[in-house]
Amino acid sequence: MAGKADEAPSARAVILARIRGAMGPAIGRAGSPQQSAAAGWHALPRDYRRTAALGPDERLLLLEDRLRDYGAHVERVTAATVPKAIGRRLLERGEPTMLVPAGLPEGLLPRTTTFTEDAGFSATELDRFSGVLTLAAAAIATTGTLVLQNLPGQGRRAATLIPDYHLCIVAADDVMETVPEAMDRLRATAALPTTFISGPSATADIEMTRIQGVHGPRVLDVLVVVAG
Amino acid sequence: MSLGSALDPKTAPTFPMAARTSLGDMLLRKNVRHATEVIQAKRGRVVAEMPDWEALREAGRALRAHTLAHLDVYLEQFERNCTAAGGVVHWARDAEEARRIVVDLVKATGTREAIKIKSMTTEEIQLNPALEAAGVHAYETDLAELILQLGEEQPSHIVVPALHKNRQQVREIFRREMQLPELGETPQDLADAARRFLRDKFLRVRTGVSGANFLIAETGGVVVVESEGNGRMCLTLPETLITVAGIDKVVPRYRDLEVLLQLLPRSATGERMNPYNSIWTGVHAGDGPQSFHVVLLDNARTEVLADEAARETLHCIRCGACQNACPVYRQTGGHAYGSVYAGPIGAILTPQLERMDHAQSLPYASSLCGACYEVCPVKINIPEVLIHLRNKVVRRETAGMGVLTHPEAWAMELAGAIFRSERRFRAAQRLGRMAGRPLESKDGNGERWVGWLPGMLGGWTRVRDLKAMPKESFREWFARRDTNGKAAGDGRQG
Ligand code: SF4
Repeated sequence: MAGKADEAPSARAVILARIRGAMGPAIGRAGSPQQSAAAGWHALPRDYRRTAALGPDERLLLLEDRLRDYGAHVERVTAATVPKAIGRRLLERGEPTMLVPAGLPEGLLPRTTTFTEDAGFSATELDRFSGVLTLAAAAIATTGTLVLQNLPGQGRRAATLIPDYHLCIVAADDVMETVPEAMDRLRATAALPTTFISGPSATADIEMTRIQGVHGPRVLDVLVVVAG
Repeated sequence: MSLGSALDPKTAPTFPMAARTSLGDMLLRKNVRHATEVIQAKRGRVVAEMPDWEALREAGRALRAHTLAHLDVYLEQFERNCTAAGGVVHWARDAEEARRIVVDLVKATGTREAIKIKSMTTEEIQLNPALEAAGVHAYETDLAELILQLGEEQPSHIVVPALHKNRQQVREIFRREMQLPELGETPQDLADAARRFLRDKFLRVRTGVSGANFLIAETGGVVVVESEGNGRMCLTLPETLITVAGIDKVVPRYRDLEVLLQLLPRSATGERMNPYNSIWTGVHAGDGPQSFHVVLLDNARTEVLADEAARETLHCIRCGACQNACPVYRQTGGHAYGSVYAGPIGAILTPQLERMDHAQSLPYASSLCGACYEVCPVKINIPEVLIHLRNKVVRRETAGMGVLTHPEAWAMELAGAIFRSERRFRAAQRLGRMAGRPLESKDGNGERWVGWLPGMLGGWTRVRDLKAMPKESFREWFARRDTNGKAAGDGRQG
């Protein structure tokens, strides 16, 4: 930086200079620092599991088992029976006041219940809803995780946070077995606000006793949709 | 500005002195032992069900080493991408500068309140007292941090900061501070009380302050991993979000999360995945804060980077597994370490963040049993770094005495060579426990060593009576126990 002599260098310049000084001269580095970093990255060892080992049905069973382990309620339903299944879940949960994001597919929701579409409500307005229904971008069987992104049918992050009940619908085709497969799939939309949800909110801060439901939704229901 | 109550390595008593106090507190020891046992058992189960765990650890280690080797490139890339996505990136040379940046940003919002997510980095820079002094009240929203804030206490663990408190103690704090005389003492009652106490603050407060688990160079994204949903509240609802992150938190690419998001939750809380991970990139219209700042903090990290033998300290992803596994931490709890970073990671990180000017007794707060190395998800060879730092301390202590001809310095070099290879280290431990001997046995060498550093190892051996290493080493015992855990885990799945 060709600043005046008495001008102190910026914190940024100082820190970057310290880093370069700390690592010493780039002996044996080929090309620009960026090229050298890229080459090094491609050479990193990745001997862990990156592909699926289970069949489609086992994969769904694993996801369901892992979600239940977190205390979520899980059902497997066919595409044709989704509206009915939603209706049943809501009845069972005491008919919460339901919020939905924009962009849900036609014919998904049962006509027996009122759903209010998220119109950019304030936090206080969102607090008047006791439940929210969304789709998911992906699910990870090994870890029992649902992934939501700011996409049609999944909505913005606050909408799945403030209501106390979350009903999430995930298509069997979007269920990945491993974390690497899921990250691979999410890469194209990496810049969107993204939330990984593994069970209802929880804490183990007091005597390591797992308590379900602190600030996020305390109840999570999941419908896994298979063809038919 | 009152910093008096905060954990500050500059003013904290030496480890042996502080440890003596902790060791006398039976309730504290019981609480710490219980909590660390529970997490360790859970960790053992979920790690055992991963057939590729060792490959993941190796990938994690290599990834962290690679990132540090190209740290300048990745930080500039992160800055570029975060800025392009609408974020504002600030750089802070030290804690003071970081505090000033955050305080100015909060003041510029015109609000006098901020909601905070648990962040050891903001504890490290002692942000809350600085905000308080500027007339801004920061609400801690993580249950454990709330307990500590209301009880005017300090964190004792990096993942479960209030693990030294039991339910009755938490109830007393909540009863008093939330004016809830009828409050019950089940963990559920206490969590519910926290939910009610914080709810309107989440909905009302317009400024959020967070740390970060990872910064993604490739996308400019930020990752926060949490359990309760308080993090999501702080990251999503405010108008302004300020994230403070050490420069070591950067990862090269989005895909690298596939390694770290497998290693971290299983190591930290013994969960396959923690309830919530948030990933966001700059600002997104209609979703979350519309003003977003990242403060990149050096605070002596570049000095750690410059010390080749200690550089791997910066691999740390703050999972706390080494704390839970450490027989010393399990006896003393976290406060004895005089820093927000307690346990084995604290023993190597804190003195280095203090440029070896303070906390010199911490590298001695270890029996070098190697349990920390065994559980570390990114394979930091903590015993080796400890020995290197002991060497540095000795060098300083003997600065006026000329060259390092002392047999103790030699003994440490030898032990260092042993720790360099895990296989050799295991073998050495089994064959006569030699790793511990040159430093800790009470033979002539050991006594001279103790005499050298009065109040350090001397004090420690007095309170804990650290004899020769046990017949069965901790890691041998742990390996045995891990196998049991595996059997139990398999049964549960079937
Ligand atoms: S040193 Fe390793 S085990 Fe300890 S907190 Fe850091 S990553 Fe976890």
